[in-house]
Amino acid sequence: MRFNKIVKSLAVALPILVLSACSSNSESDEQSQVDSNATVVAEQNAQAEAERVKVAAMKKEADIEEQKRQELEKLRAEHIIYFDFDVSNVSSQFSALLDAHATFLNANPGVNVLVEGHADERGTPEYNIALGERRAKAVVTYLQNMGVSASQITTVSYGEEKPMVKDRSENAFSKNRRAVLVY
Amino acid sequence: MKFKRQLALFLTVFSLISPHAMAALEIVITGGVDSARPIAVLPFKWTGSGPEPSNISSVISADLLRSGKFSPISAMNYPQRPANDKEVDYAAWASQGVEAIVVGEINETSIGRYKVHYQLIDVIRGQVTGGQAQMLSNGELVKTRDHILDESTVDITEDQFRRYGHRISNVVYEKLTGNRGAFLTKIAYVIVRDQGDYPYQLVIADYDGFNEHVLLSSNEPLMSPAWHPNGEMLAYVSFENHQQQVYSIDIYTGQRRLLSNFKGINSAPKWSPDGKQLALVLSKDGNPELYVMDIATKKLRRITRHRAIDTEPSWTPDGGSLVFSSERGGKPQLYRVNLLDGKIRRLTFDGEMNLGGSLSPDGRQLVMVNRTRGRYHLAKLELDSGLFQVLTKDTRLDESPSIAPNGGMIIYSTLYNNRNVLSLVSVDGRFKARLPALNGQVKSPAWSPFL
Repeated sequence: MRFNKIVKSLAVALPILVLSACSSNSESDEQSQVDSNATVVAEQNAQAEAERVKVAAMKKEADIEEQKRQELEKLRAEHIIYFDFDVSNVSSQFSALLDAHATFLNANPGVNVLVEGHADERGTPEYNIALGERRAKAVVTYLQNMGVSASQITTVSYGEEKPMVKDRSENAFSKNRRAVLVY
Repeated sequence: MKFKRQLALFLTVFSLISPHAMAALEIVITGGVDSARPIAVLPFKWTGSGPEPSNISSVISADLLRSGKFSPISAMNYPQRPANDKEVDYAAWASQGVEAIVVGEINETSIGRYKVHYQLIDVIRGQVTGGQAQMLSNGELVKTRDHILDESTVDITEDQFRRYGHRISNVVYEKLTGNRGAFLTKIAYVIVRDQGDYPYQLVIADYDGFNEHVLLSSNEPLMSPAWHPNGEMLAYVSFENHQQQVYSIDIYTGQRRLLSNFKGINSAPKWSPDGKQLALVLSKDGNPELYVMDIATKKLRRITRHRAIDTEPSWTPDGGSLVFSSERGGKPQLYRVNLLDGKIRRLTFDGEMNLGGSLSPDGRQLVMVNRTRGRYHLAKLELDSGLFQVLTKDTRLDESPSIAPNGGMIIYSTLYNNRNVLSLVSVDGRFKARLPALNGQVKSPAWSPFL
């Protein structure tokens, strides 16, 4: 029954997490719905099988779910790409981070990601919207070059409207020039 | 399901513009009064039961001071306190260096109703004629009172006092400068509150910060309010559905209408001078480009076609062209595109970059955000002479300039004590004032048309 609990907590936790991260969550909502349906069907099929087989199958699936959850958690913890002033190309220091996301998205074609683009406060709000979109798109291009399907990725630019650090130092600015991957 | 939940999360708060005067913004003059013309606005003589309901003369005095053109003298230097022209000692006022005075009387006619009479008096002319000039009219010598530049009597209620004060300010400004006053205008802006579930607010206030009214509150960012030329509607950008969308809102009914909801950027809306079209920026076809939407049909016309960023459209007063920011030359600079033939011309060459351009109502001055040596300040380019002038100096991260409909003053967003506040600078750069925020960051100001 531990397996069911995980599925339930995932179904509950996913939308909440995504909502609090201010992303478009329609895909993830449906996804978690589809996931639990699939597992119910699998469970029923397994019941028709021998008891031993069913137990083994459940255990295996539970492991995968757990692994996926752990992976997502790890990806959520490392999901910000920072940019230099007035620059929109992805620095090579974030290759490993983005490669991990690309690997995960390739392995889970049903999972979608929202890429948010942000700018620091310098320049005008409208120009920063354009700059934020360019940063988000640079991340999208990187992921696509790593084989991620375009249909798994959406973007939004918040420009300078959602600073991560509400301060006006160079250090704050460098934290606010970012792209954020939201699951 | 999801849409409903977000609708529930997103709360729209609006009501009719309230009559309550809330001094949410208090204006601090930060420079430039020395070059202004001395004038006196005397306290109006009060006749009625109880205390005077509201101080009209202080409204007028503050308006004229804030215009940057006038310097009302201190009450300590008043040689006398006349209530009408018959009581004026012209020589005494002239010796104070004052060129004109505003005098008036308020009489309570019934409960809550007041008769207000005021006069604008040219004291220099009054000193010359002694208040009794004679001139030839149709071959006859007649007496004139040409030292009285304007006078009027109105019957008003208490809640109309501020408005009437602004109306007098408009007349005084126009009589003495030859230009129309903009004291009966409003500003729209965005406040980001420090706390609360709906910290992003779209706000309207009188140009002086009084009668502040929250039109809309949201839990996601709001941007770019832009006035319809009828002065009753705004276009603005909302992230309420976790993507950019352009809406219009009627400021008196609160009625909203979704105007633009394309994939990617939907930003920088600006109404055409005739109010029938909306210029905006969309990235639905790849990267940010200028489009013009016909409001009646919602039909879009693509204006720019370039792989670099094009944004911040602003209409020329004749409605025939758009000024915009573009990176097509490397760093962002201002360009103008002719909407008839599509021809594009670069307008700015000064400093590292120029952004957020808009033309003065006479179309002869281009106001913008200029970056020079990494600093963002407001600047002005006189199109006829090519003269380029940086207007602000001791400010930081200036942005979102919006010009008053009479072309005299610019309101913009800047940093003060690590907060976004609104500030004013006169178009000649001499007069500066700040409107401090009490709670939250105040930004994206937009000055209304004449109302």
